[in-house]
Amino acid sequence: MKKLLLGNYAVARGCYEAGVKVATAYPGTPSTEITEAIAQYDEIYCEWAPNEKVALEVAIGAAIYGKRAICSMKHVGLNVAADPLFTASYTGVNAGLLIAVADDPGMHSSQNEQDTRNIAKAAKVPVLEPADSQECIDFVKIGFEISEKFDTPVILRLTTRVAHSQSIVEERPREDVLFKYKKDIQKYVMMPAMARPRHEFVEKRLKSLKEFSETIGINKVEQGTQKMAFIASGIAYQYVKEAYPDAWVLKLGMVWPLPERLIKDFCSQFEKVYVVEELDPFLEENIKAMGINNIVGKEIFKLTGEYSPSFIKRAVENKEIEVPYKVKQTLPPRLPVLCPGCPHRGIFYVLSRLKDVIITGDIGCYTLGALSPFNAMDSCVCMGASIGMAHGISNASDKKQMVIAVIGDSTFVHSGITGIIDAVYNGSDILVMILDNSTTGMTGHQDHPATGYTIKGEPTYKLDIVSLCRALGCVAVEEINPYKIKENVEKIKQLLDLPGVKVVIAKAPCRLHRRYKFTISKRYIDFEKCKNCRLCLSLGCPAISLKDKPTIDANLCLACGMCEDVCKFGAISSQKEQ
Amino acid sequence: MKKNINILVVGVGGQGNILFSKILGEVLLNAGNDVKISEVHGMAQRGGSVVTYVKAGEKVFSPLVDRAEADYILAFEKLESLRWLEFLKDNGILIYSDYEIPPLSVITGAYEYPDVEKILQTVGVKACRVEVKKLLSQLGNSRVQNTLMLGFFSRFLDIDEALFKKSIERNVKKEFIEINLKAFELGRRIEMCEVEK
Repeated sequence: MKKLLLGNYAVARGCYEAGVKVATAYPGTPSTEITEAIAQYDEIYCEWAPNEKVALEVAIGAAIYGKRAICSMKHVGLNVAADPLFTASYTGVNAGLLIAVADDPGMHSSQNEQDTRNIAKAAKVPVLEPADSQECIDFVKIGFEISEKFDTPVILRLTTRVAHSQSIVEERPREDVLFKYKKDIQKYVMMPAMARPRHEFVEKRLKSLKEFSETIGINKVEQGTQKMAFIASGIAYQYVKEAYPDAWVLKLGMVWPLPERLIKDFCSQFEKVYVVEELDPFLEENIKAMGINNIVGKEIFKLTGEYSPSFIKRAVENKEIEVPYKVKQTLPPRLPVLCPGCPHRGIFYVLSRLKDVIITGDIGCYTLGALSPFNAMDSCVCMGASIGMAHGISNASDKKQMVIAVIGDSTFVHSGITGIIDAVYNGSDILVMILDNSTTGMTGHQDHPATGYTIKGEPTYKLDIVSLCRALGCVAVEEINPYKIKENVEKIKQLLDLPGVKVVIAKAPCRLHRRYKFTISKRYIDFEKCKNCRLCLSLGCPAISLKDKPTIDANLCLACGMCEDVCKFGAISSQKEQ
Repeated sequence: MKKNINILVVGVGGQGNILFSKILGEVLLNAGNDVKISEVHGMAQRGGSVVTYVKAGEKVFSPLVDRAEADYILAFEKLESLRWLEFLKDNGILIYSDYEIPPLSVITGAYEYPDVEKILQTVGVKACRVEVKKLLSQLGNSRVQNTLMLGFFSRFLDIDEALFKKSIERNVKKEFIEINLKAFELGRRIEMCEVEK
């Protein structure tokens, strides 16, 4: 039966059909749903790992043991996992190992635009790039075959518009694949004496993969009726086909290593060939390095952001789109906001009221604390960076500068722990605030080692963040209720004055999480008492808006009560006005 | 097979944009089309402006709809219909909800919520306004705007009503099927707007 399936779900389906036994990941948009969907299959062992490095190590172990394994992550996650990746390229696999990496051109939910093909090339591993959901299923299977045939990890590169698009697929049954484990230290113990011959192996493997890329069916020429030619892969292929359905296209399903003869042969038939690829000129530069000079690439196509069919047409034909309906005035912007009832709001309200403090931020919902009305964040670089950067700022200022590092619970486990170890070890004077909402909020409520539940929702050992921070050597570790704004202002000021590394854990579960039940006692504003000072508006709560005076929308209010705590005139309470 | 159709579903993160697109996509698939849907996840969902693309026809390549390419824009929030208006093709139709969610920039007083009806008139676009607020209070449930809008939109497509209902039943949680079917029927019975009479 034909059905619509999200690209990420299709990757999961492909894993099921390919007999995968182990799946690991740390959540990251746009890759998260791959592992969430795999968790639905009882035949596959599946886990959230604390970070991508550990996740990949687990998958490498499983593959060496003889079970097909997949590890999924977003592009920036591959940086975290780069260490094991580069050496896994040397050890090779036993049963297949697939690493699904989702790039995010256009940065819908990422801190940079990064092209995974560059890392794959540096690590000398092959890359497959599907263009729709059916190809997601098919390429997973092909990926495992290549991985086993050539003894290599394989990267399945997705982009947002493949990972998060639904298109039609047909599902097939699961196959069993079995490999036996065999101890082999020459292959799996990468100390210099053994690694040297493995590097030779990797170079030879790359050569045979290159040969293989000439014949693999997923690299193919689609004949056209018009003398116009393109080379493209992944979503860019779909854009080309829509823009120029009658053109010739060399569609590359395997984008590293490249089929040189096929490309040379294709390019020799045309006066010029357009190479269409989002982000870096990866194909373009590698094709030029083959000595082919009749290609057109980044001189007309942009280096940043997403492409579209009409973008390609505009670039090729050098003309603009005519828009029939245009709104002339500037519209009020609608940026993402912290949800009504979000516990982070209380913390950022407090932080926005501190003076002369630098606040280093991190990756998660709480990155929104950088936006108006709080403006309470000075930096956001990568997972775990807030703590290391705070330590750096503090020492660079000879400890004169007060610094607060803000980090979430999931991110703390991902890569915040080592930051604290460093700060304590080197005698820092920083305050670390762990905003513990008991989930991975931004990516949609995934569990992690400090929630006490596995990916399948089964109870497990719950990492105790308080005891951990004490064991790491922090001078003060305190839990606070983020909704108690008045109390927290004083507490944070006191702690800031202490020398050493202090940790405040602001603990309250995400208001949108199904696991947690909240008693609802909505707040109302008594207009008699309201002096229209509008302090409550500075909470940036979507439920409070300004009519003549501030008003609370009962449909949106989640009864967190912070507005009641902020109001100086006692005008806000859970008593509805008569 | 019919000609290709491009639909933009716009609104605010959390309004049921993705579910609407999934239900509609399945209807279009079961009516014999190739279908592609492109969704929005992650940060943009946190109360930000969101768009989902639904495309159907004999063969669909790109999952994106660009400016001046949409046959229909379905706006679940009034102001958002203006934000995406450039995506409407010449003679395309805007179907918008009268539901207002003021963005933070309005809440804090930096901007004013615009007079959407007046601007639409100035631009001169074919637009149908759905009185969602009134209809939802009739239903006693504010969470079914998406199926209500689907009911109204279903009349613009030459597809059997039963396919819509089947798709709602398959995609909505069991306990909410009844209220969503009710919302769909209510939407389908709304008086047709001027532009399509």
